[in-house]
Amino acid sequence: MSTTAATPSTVADDEGRAAFDALIAADGRIEPRDWMPEDYRKTLIRQVSQHAHSEIIGMQPEANWITRAPSLKRKAILMAKVQDEAGHGLYLYSAAETLGATRDEMVEALIEGKAKYSSIFNYPTRSWADVGAIGWLVDGAAIANQVPLCRASYAPYGRAMVRICKEESFHQRQGFEILLTLANGTPEQKAMAQDAVNRFYAPALMMFGPPDDASPNSKQSMAWHIKRFSNDDLRQRFVGMIVEQVKVLGLTLPDPELRYDEETKQWIHQELDWVEFMDVIKGKGPCNAQRLERRRVAHEDGAWVREAAAEYARKQQLKLAEASGKAA
Amino acid sequence: MSHDFEEEFAGYGDNVASATRVTPGHALRPEDIALQDAPPAADNGEYAVWLGDDSLILAQRLAWWISRAPEMEEDIALGNIGLDLLGHARSFLTYGGKSIGKTEDDLAYWREEDEFRSVHLVEVPGQDFGLTIARQLFFSVYLELLYTRLLNSTDATLAAISAKALKEVEYHVDHATQWMLRLGGGTEESARRIQHSLEVMWPYAHELFVDEPLHERLAATGVAALPSSLKEDWDRRVTAVIEESGLAMPAAKDALCRGRRGEHTEHLGYLLAEMQVLARKFPGATW
Ligand SMILES: [Fe+2]
Ligand SMILES: [Fe+2]
Repeated sequence: MSTTAATPSTVADDEGRAAFDALIAADGRIEPRDWMPEDYRKTLIRQVSQHAHSEIIGMQPEANWITRAPSLKRKAILMAKVQDEAGHGLYLYSAAETLGATRDEMVEALIEGKAKYSSIFNYPTRSWADVGAIGWLVDGAAIANQVPLCRASYAPYGRAMVRICKEESFHQRQGFEILLTLANGTPEQKAMAQDAVNRFYAPALMMFGPPDDASPNSKQSMAWHIKRFSNDDLRQRFVGMIVEQVKVLGLTLPDPELRYDEETKQWIHQELDWVEFMDVIKGKGPCNAQRLERRRVAHEDGAWVREAAAEYARKQQLKLAEASGKAA
Repeated sequence: MSHDFEEEFAGYGDNVASATRVTPGHALRPEDIALQDAPPAADNGEYAVWLGDDSLILAQRLAWWISRAPEMEEDIALGNIGLDLLGHARSFLTYGGKSIGKTEDDLAYWREEDEFRSVHLVEVPGQDFGLTIARQLFFSVYLELLYTRLLNSTDATLAAISAKALKEVEYHVDHATQWMLRLGGGTEESARRIQHSLEVMWPYAHELFVDEPLHERLAATGVAALPSSLKEDWDRRVTAVIEESGLAMPAAKDALCRGRRGEHTEHLGYLLAEMQVLARKFPGATW
């Protein structure tokens, strides 16, 4: 964007904004080199990096059961699943980098407790059934959230989501299968499955964020075509899905108020504990400190390895330069 | 709502899989071996269990790294190597178990410590990246040489599992080699640490090449290769990597290791206690 006008940035900004507005109006896609409003960029960096952090922190509760998985087949599936989540984190950090954030900055913000991530990962996995409940409910909620993000106006984010959503379906299915097997197992196994569903149901519903009337940023995100559906709409869709699926499991949802209102065509569910939700977001959940400490220790213990790799690369560059210098 | 929900979610149903490999491909899955292959002779079955035990225990060790590695890329790489080894273990244990009417899970979860036949090298903890890389170098080079020989095994199932595993193990060797070069040729600290790690793991490496009577019987019938016959190539390959990394060959003394006879390190009991705890709480349960 080179221009010789006296106030180049302003003219460029005006042109850029017009192009941006036109693209959004036409439901087009913004690429990294396109002009975009600063707020749009900031909103996306925040959302995409939080999403990346959630994938990375989300590895921990399930990794907690890899070494104890009760069959080798389940162990293999769970290892593959948790690894997929690391892959998701990496795609998303890359998408955020196209907006000008660096991975180092984002990781540092996470470790220092300055960045947010999905608060559900601050709950512990106490039993094997929790791995099933996370797959079914948490990956299930993630799918409901993320499928519309495949059409997010920021193209690299949408592309990352397309790859991720394909794997999330496998994640949800493996979780469902774990619960289904437990529910059809011994009475103790079934009780373990029900207990896990009881504990993860409400936090899963809260994954869609506060109710629409308490979610001030949502409107702008929808206008920018980052978000396509409101928090409450997504939550409604999710409840409709799991109400059917829980019947197949032969389990129940821990919500005595749950019913479908024919008049409003809405699911009525119990009041969610938004006070606890906010507390957990602010760092006061059962595992916030543990999750961040694990990330910090891994990062710090690995510093010597990353430094070695960087130093080795530098020396190789030097050798190459010397060799080409001699050749010339 | 500009778009309909149903339209939005169309196509995100079943028939999509993890990007990561869940079971060995190429139709040689443990499930296929369980159903199709004839049970092996007793010796062949026992040998398959030995192979399976090594890979299972190391897979369990590597799984620890998932969510703890120095770089997120290494969470994936070490996890993938662990997953590969777990896949090989499942195939070997399934096949070996058939000779005694046991499943992979019977063998993994219901044997006592002294019934395992793993070598000490895979049992020792490696909760340090240098230790893990040193062990990966020693073990992966051994596996590559071993599986290459087993391609010609007169036991067709062992040959087939080895052929499938070999492709993956070649990557494991490359991964370990690349890290050896980086740690050896990186910073002063990394060179010091990886040199120390080589020393720590070295006492257990020689056990990979100990010939037991079972090996001798099976080598005579062309089922197995004598472990001792892999030693020369292994020495040459490992020495080359260590030298190229600017490091010295370890000088640590060999430890007395009799894992193949069921005499294990102090570490295996803890590993098994963790691995088996849930399965053993529910005898006969399905998962
Ligand atoms: Fe994910
Ligand atoms: Fe997932």
